[in-house]
Amino acid sequence: MSGIPHDHYEPNSKTEKWLHSRLPIVGLLYDTLMIPTPKNLNWMWIWGIVLVFCLVMQIVTGIVLVMHYTPHVDMAFASVEHIMRNVNGGDIIRYLHMNGASLFFVAVYAHIFRGLYYGSYKAPREVTWIIGMLIYLLMMATAFMGYVLPWGQMSFHGTAVITGLFGTIPFIGEGIQTWLLGASSVGQPALNRFFSLHYLLPFIILGLVIVHVWAFHTTGNNNPTGVEVRRTSKAEAEKDTLPFWPYFVIKDLFALVVILAVFFALVGFHPNYLGHPDNYIEGNPLVTPAFIVPEWYFLPFYAVLRAFTADVGIVQLVNFLSGGIITADFFGVLAMFGSIAVMALAPWLDTSSVRSGRYRPMFKWWFWLLVIDFFVLMWVGSQPAEGIYGTISLIATTYWFAYFLVILPLLGVIEKPLPQPETIEDDFNAHYPNTDKSGEAAATPAE
Amino acid sequence: MSHADDSHATRRDFIYYATAGAGAVVTVAAVRPLVNQMNPTADVVAQASMRVAIDAVDPGTQIKVLWQGKPIFIRRRTEEEIEGARSVDVADLPDPFSRNENIPDGWASAPATDDNRSLDETGEWLVMTGICTHLGCVPLGKEEGNAGEFDGWFCPCHGSHYDSAGRIRKGPAPENLHIPLARFVGEAELLLGTEES
Repeated sequence: MSGIPHDHYEPNSKTEKWLHSRLPIVGLLYDTLMIPTPKNLNWMWIWGIVLVFCLVMQIVTGIVLVMHYTPHVDMAFASVEHIMRNVNGGDIIRYLHMNGASLFFVAVYAHIFRGLYYGSYKAPREVTWIIGMLIYLLMMATAFMGYVLPWGQMSFHGTAVITGLFGTIPFIGEGIQTWLLGASSVGQPALNRFFSLHYLLPFIILGLVIVHVWAFHTTGNNNPTGVEVRRTSKAEAEKDTLPFWPYFVIKDLFALVVILAVFFALVGFHPNYLGHPDNYIEGNPLVTPAFIVPEWYFLPFYAVLRAFTADVGIVQLVNFLSGGIITADFFGVLAMFGSIAVMALAPWLDTSSVRSGRYRPMFKWWFWLLVIDFFVLMWVGSQPAEGIYGTISLIATTYWFAYFLVILPLLGVIEKPLPQPETIEDDFNAHYPNTDKSGEAAATPAE
Repeated sequence: MSHADDSHATRRDFIYYATAGAGAVVTVAAVRPLVNQMNPTADVVAQASMRVAIDAVDPGTQIKVLWQGKPIFIRRRTEEEIEGARSVDVADLPDPFSRNENIPDGWASAPATDDNRSLDETGEWLVMTGICTHLGCVPLGKEEGNAGEFDGWFCPCHGSHYDSAGRIRKGPAPENLHIPLARFVGEAELLLGTEES
C-alpha cells in the first residue's frame, strides 16, 4: 500500500503472534484506527462519522421495526400504527428510523459539498468520489423504498410517480415499469419487493462504505489546504499528521454528540415536522392527494425533473432532433439522473490543478452560488409546478449543469490561484502559532 | 515429447473454453428466472376482465372502479360536455391520437376526435383509465370539485389539464388519457377487458 508512512501493528504476546500469523485481523483494525490523518482537518471533516452512525442506527432500528411490520397492502398501514401504539417503545423507534433518514441526508449533503469545496474528488481520490456517489444513489433508492412501506397516501402515489419515471423511457419503458412493479400498477407485488430490497440495500451500502474508507486510506485524507501529506519519511509525515485514534475519533464523537442533541430534540418534540400528514391516510388507488411532494431530501432533484416541460426550447429541439423519441417527460428524467451524473464526473470536469477552494478566488463565488442554487432547487421543488416556479426551477437547473459542465472546466484555465502553503505543517503553524512544539516557528507562515 | 506437450496445451484450452462456456450458459440460465420472477404473476395476469353495473350512473356523474389495480373513470356526460368536446379542432390538440384501444390504430393514426374517444355513438359514455399520462397520478374531476381549465379533469401532481373528452390540453402530460378495452353487455353492464371464452 502506497500510503503515508507510519508505524504498523507489531504482535507482542505469544497469543497475538499466534493469531497474527493465522489471521492478521488485529493488525488490520489497528492500522485502520491509527491511520495518519492530516492534523489541520476542520469541522467539515466530521460528517463521515455522522454518516456511519446513521447507517448503523438505520440498520438497527430497521431490523427491530421489521419484527412488527407486515408487508401486505391490507395490513402494512395498520401494522405501522400497531408499531406506533402497541409495540413497547415502538413509536420512538419508528420516529428515530423516520427522522434518521433525514439526518442521513443532511450529513451526506454536507459531506458532498465539503468534497466539492475542498476538491476532495480530484486525483488521486476519484475512486473514493465515485464510490461515494454510488452510495448516495443507493441511499436514495433505499430511502424511496422505505417511504413506500407505511403504505400511506404519499407512499402509494409517490411510488406511482417515481416508477412512472421508468415508464417514460422510449419503447421499453412500459415493460420495465411493469417488471419493476410486478403488475401494471402499484400494488402488493411492488410493496413486497420494495420491502425485500429496502432490507437488502443498507447492507450493500455498508459494503461500499468499507470500500470507500479503504480507498481514501490508500490515498490519504484530503485536507482544507488540499496539499498532500509529505510521504518521503515517517518523520516528515508525522509533522503533517496525527493518528486517527484518539485525536480525530474524540473530535468526531464530540461533533456527533452536538448533532445528536439537535436530532433527538427533533425526534422527541417534533417527530413529524419533516413528514407529510397525507401519509397518515391509508393508501388509496382511487384518490391522489391534492399535492404530491417527495421528502425534502429529494426536492432538489425533483425540481430538476419538473423543470423541463414541453414548452421549453431545448426540450422542443431535442424532441425534434430525436424524431419525437425523447419526449418532455423523458427529457426531465434524463435531466434528473444527469444532474447527479455531472456531479459524479466532477473529477474529470474540473481542470484546475489547485485542489482546495481556499486558494481559488473565483471558484469560491461559483461554489457558494451552487450551494444557494441547491437550496433554491429544494425550495422550488416543494412549490406547485406552475407559473413563476417553472421559470425559477429552469434557471436553477441551468446553473446546476453550467457549474459542472462549463464553469469547472473553464475556471481551471482562466483563474489565477492564490499561493498555497508548502506543507500542511506550515498551514497548521500559521493558524496555531502557540501550539508549535517543534521549534520551527521560524518557518514561513502561509500567506 | 513436443507432440505430447502440444496435445496437453490443446486439452487445457479445451477445458478452459468448455468451463467458461458452461459458466456463461449457467449464469444466463440462473439470471433469467431471477429476473423473470419479477414480472406479473399468473394471478395478476388472470384479472383480465371485469363487469361493471352502469345502470345507476346518471348523466353528469361518474363512477370510479379499480380494474387491474388502476382506477377506471366511467362518465356519463351531459349534453354540454359532449358539445364542448366535439367543438374542438383536432389540429389544436397537443396529442392528436385517440389513445383508444377499442379502435384500430388508436395509437397511431386514428385522430383524437370526440367520436374516436367516446364509447357509444351519442357520445354519452366516456370510459378512461384514470391515470395521468405524465407520471401516473389520478386526476381530479368534477366529483372532486376541480375540473381544470377545460371542463374535464385536472391532475394535481404536475398540473395537467384534460378536457371533457379526457384529452390533454395544457400541462406536462404527453398523451390523452388512455381508453381501455371496453364494451357494453346488454343495457346495464360494461365489460372491461376481453372476456376469455
